[in-house]
Amino acid sequence: MDEVRIIEIKKSIFEDNDKDANNLRKELRHKGVFLLNLMSSPGSGKTTTLIKTINALKGDINIAVMEADIDSDVDAIKIKTATGVQSIQLHTGGMCHLDAEMTRQGLDGLDLNNTDLVILENVGNLVCPAEFDTGASKNCMILSVPEGHDKPLKYPLMFSVCDLVLINKMDVAPYFDFDIDKCKEYIHMRNPNAEVIPICAKTGDGIDKFVAWIKTNILQWKEGK
Amino acid sequence: MHELGVVFHCIKQIKEIAAANNVTKINSVTIEIGEVSTVIPYYFEDCWNWAIKKEDLLMDSKLNIEVIPAVTHCEDCLKDYPTVVHGKTCPHCGSANTFLLEGNELYIKQIEVQEDV
Repeated sequence: MDEVRIIEIKKSIFEDNDKDANNLRKELRHKGVFLLNLMSSPGSGKTTTLIKTINALKGDINIAVMEADIDSDVDAIKIKTATGVQSIQLHTGGMCHLDAEMTRQGLDGLDLNNTDLVILENVGNLVCPAEFDTGASKNCMILSVPEGHDKPLKYPLMFSVCDLVLINKMDVAPYFDFDIDKCKEYIHMRNPNAEVIPICAKTGDGIDKFVAWIKTNILQWKEGK
Repeated sequence: MHELGVVFHCIKQIKEIAAANNVTKINSVTIEIGEVSTVIPYYFEDCWNWAIKKEDLLMDSKLNIEVIPAVTHCEDCLKDYPTVVHGKTCPHCGSANTFLLEGNELYIKQIEVQEDV
């Protein structure tokens, strides 16, 4: 006769991913590789920001890039052509985010010897990438001016997981009702520790500050902080 | 939107638990979803029903979803209030110095398994 048994579990659905992510973070620290997870809405200027930043960094730091998209390899090709650094395209197969296991598979496809910095350009989305820890050393997001200064109120989780928020497209601010002080206030309501750097990827304004932030964080990571 | 990814993670963990307990057939799975966990129960259910068709272990199982109401606590007036109605601002004293007590959960609560005796 068949018998029915209840197994009580009470386990978070994200627990296995969180474990994978913590293991990956430990391995990367051991190898001295800093993984920066870059997130944003589609069209906020992630790829343009990356190209400007990589070209400013690449003399001093060895960089590799992982581009995550639902489909196509246009971003990986664009990065490779514009910067010459090692880049790989990851396809999420319809999924709206990367998890720690997919990130690991991407890293396996890169040569990490003598690499100091891997930048993961996550899928353009402000919801799901915030839920899944990729194993990154630090999380950064780009909010662009046309999206509005009230975005931190609409997508609180994304802003609460980010160490750094870049506010991009500052050159068009006069044409939009974008209040940068309000924006900072809303970000800090969600995350008092988040750093904020206004930039314009197109003109290059503020990229030096982002470059300095990356350099400081790589140093601290390598020192085990 | 990301419910499918959540369902895949959930099935992966259930398979591991089943293997550890020598379970080959599951009758039902109970999931707890917090009201502000960003997972929509009926999307979760749609993705679940699609995904379990590929799994012998779960193919005939029933999904039970228990929704956990979201409650926020105000640090200034020390009162609790329903998050979904009032958001981040306390309706009792107007303070924004508040935090979420519960409602962000996403748990596999239990599974009911078939055992051959």
